Amino acid sequence: METAKKKLQIALYWGAACGGCDVAVLDTNEFILDVAALADIRLWPIAIDGKYKDVEAMEDGELDLVLFNGAVRNSENEHIAKLLRRKSKVMVAFGSCAHIGGIPGLANQVTKEEILDRAYLNNPSIEPGNRTVPLPESHVEAGSLEIPYVYKRVYKLDDIVPIDYYVPGCPPLPAQIKNVLVAVATGNLPARGSVVGAGHRTVCDDCKRTRNERKIKKFYRPWQIIQQPDTCLLEQGIVCAGSATRSGCGVRCPNSNMPCRGCYGPAPNVKDQGAKIVSAVASIVDSKDPAEIDRILEDIPDIMGYAYRFGLAASMLQRRI
Amino acid sequence: MANGFEPKIVGFLCNWCSYTGADLAGTSRIKYATNLRVIRTMCSARIDPTFILKALLEGADGVLICGCHPGDCHYVEGNYKAMRRFPLLKRLLDAYGIENERVQLEWVSASEGRRFAEVVDRMTEQIKALGPCKVRTALDFDMAER
Repeated sequence: METAKKKLQIALYWGAACGGCDVAVLDTNEFILDVAALADIRLWPIAIDGKYKDVEAMEDGELDLVLFNGAVRNSENEHIAKLLRRKSKVMVAFGSCAHIGGIPGLANQVTKEEILDRAYLNNPSIEPGNRTVPLPESHVEAGSLEIPYVYKRVYKLDDIVPIDYYVPGCPPLPAQIKNVLVAVATGNLPARGSVVGAGHRTVCDDCKRTRNERKIKKFYRPWQIIQQPDTCLLEQGIVCAGSATRSGCGVRCPNSNMPCRGCYGPAPNVKDQGAKIVSAVASIVDSKDPAEIDRILEDIPDIMGYAYRFGLAASMLQRRI
Repeated sequence: MANGFEPKIVGFLCNWCSYTGADLAGTSRIKYATNLRVIRTMCSARIDPTFILKALLEGADGVLICGCHPGDCHYVEGNYKAMRRFPLLKRLLDAYGIENERVQLEWVSASEGRRFAEVVDRMTEQIKALGPCKVRTALDFDMAER
């Protein structure tokens, strides 16, 4: 084994995800060629061939790095998460879904039955009377066919397997992805369990917009108001998650005149992102009259969507009971 | 609900009015339900919504928030912050499926020992009728069975 230095063995996988994280890896542009030179990519369903049985045939710990994006939504996600955990030295929860549940986590507001009903039975685009729903097992002439079964709720990755590092973002910034790959390649890794490829403050701390005293008589959705380009969005009545959200994204959304959605997850020491957003948003309402306060807060539709757009599965209560 | 269910209610009481009001209930020897576990905070504005979620997660069946009456805050405006956060927090809790009566906000002054006792009695009865809060058991169930 004293011959040429072994190439890094890596795998990328997606659970319940949209594919955006995989695209973000490709967005590192020509750097991906350096990765290919530096590493053997053993499994990456979206981009290259590679079979589960090849992974199963590996020695335990054979993979140096696994970047797992996506939440855990069904039995296949869990099976592969556990398999890759066993085969890898370093496993990274990559992107918001793996880190904190992501957009799929919003499904924790409804039951599995409600979802299946809406998607397959009672929906304007479904032929009336359709009774076809996916079943974990179905019997055909040739024998029985199995597909993964959907879980009752969405889990973040570290509910299922122990995770070494977290890379937040929906999707993570290409520059941050590079840093992570270089860190693994050089062995220059931070303390296990830490969030890497992100900052240690809030998005507000990095935001260039000026902040004055905040007093809100009316909340607006971004399209309902001509905004001041240099002033804090929350101060203008646009609900922004920046104050409760981890920095490191480069303040991309507020810089593009959109409020922060919270994809980098709770800021350090924030235990529940949504509770902090509720606290920050409500306390700036400019009224001392309970009825008026109610009226002003009614301008905010779908509070769960604002408070936990990405983090419901990682919130304290995790789901509707 | 099964007989003998004694709810655990966490009470966050502001130092200046409500905690003193609770003290008055005690020194006046007013009898009231023993289900409230009191945590003193300096102001009702200090009560972060996180505290309420955490209390429910750790097994509280209800949470009572008490502060000075509007206009009487020791820090002038603190209780208005609590007043503003409460309706949005309630919407969040409603979306989580937490029943309305489980989390309540009441203004109790330092002279309202009697009222404090009544508030605790009333809330205890309401939560007894609701039964135990299911948050903890639901999450334990999630980890045991997918």
